[in-house]
Amino acid sequence: MPKLPKLPPAPLPPAMKPPPDRPGEDTGVGGVSGAAKSAGINVVDWVDERTSLSGGARWMMFRKVPKGTNWFYTLGSATMFAFLSQAMTGVFLAMYYRPDPSGGAYESIRYVTNDVFLGQFVRGMHKWGSSVMVILIFLHMGRTFFFGAYKYPRELNWVIGVVLLILTMTMSFTGYLLPFDQRAYWATIVGVNINGTGPLLGPYLSDFLRGGSEFGATTLSRFYAIHMLLVPGLIAALIGAHLYLVARLGTTAPPWTKAETRPELRESEV
Amino acid sequence: MSDKHDKHKSKYTLDRGMPGAFEGETITRRRLMNVGGQTAGIVATASIILPALGFAVGPIFKSTPHRWETVGTESMFTDLNYVPVVLTLTPNIGEAGKTTVYVRKFNAAIDTDPYDKNSPYIAISSRCAHLGCPVRWVDAAERFICPCHGGVYDLLGRRVGGPPVRPLDRFYTRVVGEYVQLGPRFSVNSQLRHFSPRDPGQPLDGIGQYMYPSRPGAQI
Repeated sequence: MPKLPKLPPAPLPPAMKPPPDRPGEDTGVGGVSGAAKSAGINVVDWVDERTSLSGGARWMMFRKVPKGTNWFYTLGSATMFAFLSQAMTGVFLAMYYRPDPSGGAYESIRYVTNDVFLGQFVRGMHKWGSSVMVILIFLHMGRTFFFGAYKYPRELNWVIGVVLLILTMTMSFTGYLLPFDQRAYWATIVGVNINGTGPLLGPYLSDFLRGGSEFGATTLSRFYAIHMLLVPGLIAALIGAHLYLVARLGTTAPPWTKAETRPELRESEV
Repeated sequence: MSDKHDKHKSKYTLDRGMPGAFEGETITRRRLMNVGGQTAGIVATASIILPALGFAVGPIFKSTPHRWETVGTESMFTDLNYVPVVLTLTPNIGEAGKTTVYVRKFNAAIDTDPYDKNSPYIAISSRCAHLGCPVRWVDAAERFICPCHGGVYDLLGRRVGGPPVRPLDRFYTRVVGEYVQLGPRFSVNSQLRHFSPRDPGQPLDGIGQYMYPSRPGAQI
């Protein structure tokens, strides 16, 4: 197994630096400070010896990228971090939220917004972050489209991305009901009925979403379960597949970069 | 290929020359384990997936019991104008389970449609037939008007403007003693013919009544 590279010395002020080893003495690996210095490396080594995770990490992180890679290529990662932020804040909101349609849902949201320490901030991050995530997805999709990065062999990654877009829309739709105020209620009524206008299957789809033929006692908890359990799991799994394919296939060069071959390899006129 | 069956007509694996065959076997042990293990896996997976799926889609096929709710006495209503009453569609979930219904007495001069002649009261649902927003009866205009996308309906709930695809839904009515009661919802097409309740946005004229079938959860 190849040795990990040595970390550079910590930037300590000269007074705090350990004295250099004297000739003929122990070479710094012994003693408490030496053990503390190498503890991190030892732990990483211990785990890596048993899992070989470093190979996968190197494969994922240290890839060759084409010349001309620019800030537009960060939009996908930005979308993923928006999702992670939504997941984090969502977990904390779920600690307070109560999917109770007879007033408890609205009251729990009011409590988070007005009474919980930093509750307004966390809820605001979740609420505005959802818009940010949708905007970033479309920018990322536009980058992929205009750079031609959806072409062979990356078609499957485009398909996965479209599924991720639809799942994100599902998140937006189901999350919109949860505050359970007038806007949430009527927006969901209208949204479910738009689903119902699909011919043949539409009526059954809207019944499935509502959990019955009318807005009922379980509609809110249904939306809550879809919003926080079903779709986030699917999104996380598909982001994994999306990233795997990015690492496997590499990224594309921007369309304005010209392929440059070395002069001796150029085909000269015969 | 024609002699394939002649060559492999024996039921014993040994006679058929299969690798790993034993005398007296009709199926190799590897094949038996493959088929058996995969069948057990399928049965085990299905026994988890199918109940979960049924649990999730079950409410679609559950028919809700018909409820009759008293909304007032006969003296409250006239045959000339609508009186808004609040009807509970889903009990025990507070305001979210309630809806407004506009009720007036049956008026032989207006309600000339033969389908209406047996109903003592006309109860018009406030749920817009476009996408389900709440319409309001505007007295001065003698119209039902929807705030969301501008649907307009006349005195009988028939569409006169905007995006709605059919008239406003109605409720069955009956009189018990002196009390007026409202029963299940039904939908009507532009000729005011009765249909089992459909969701908003689903037309009931022409091909529409076949494109948007009635569901088991909403029958009358």
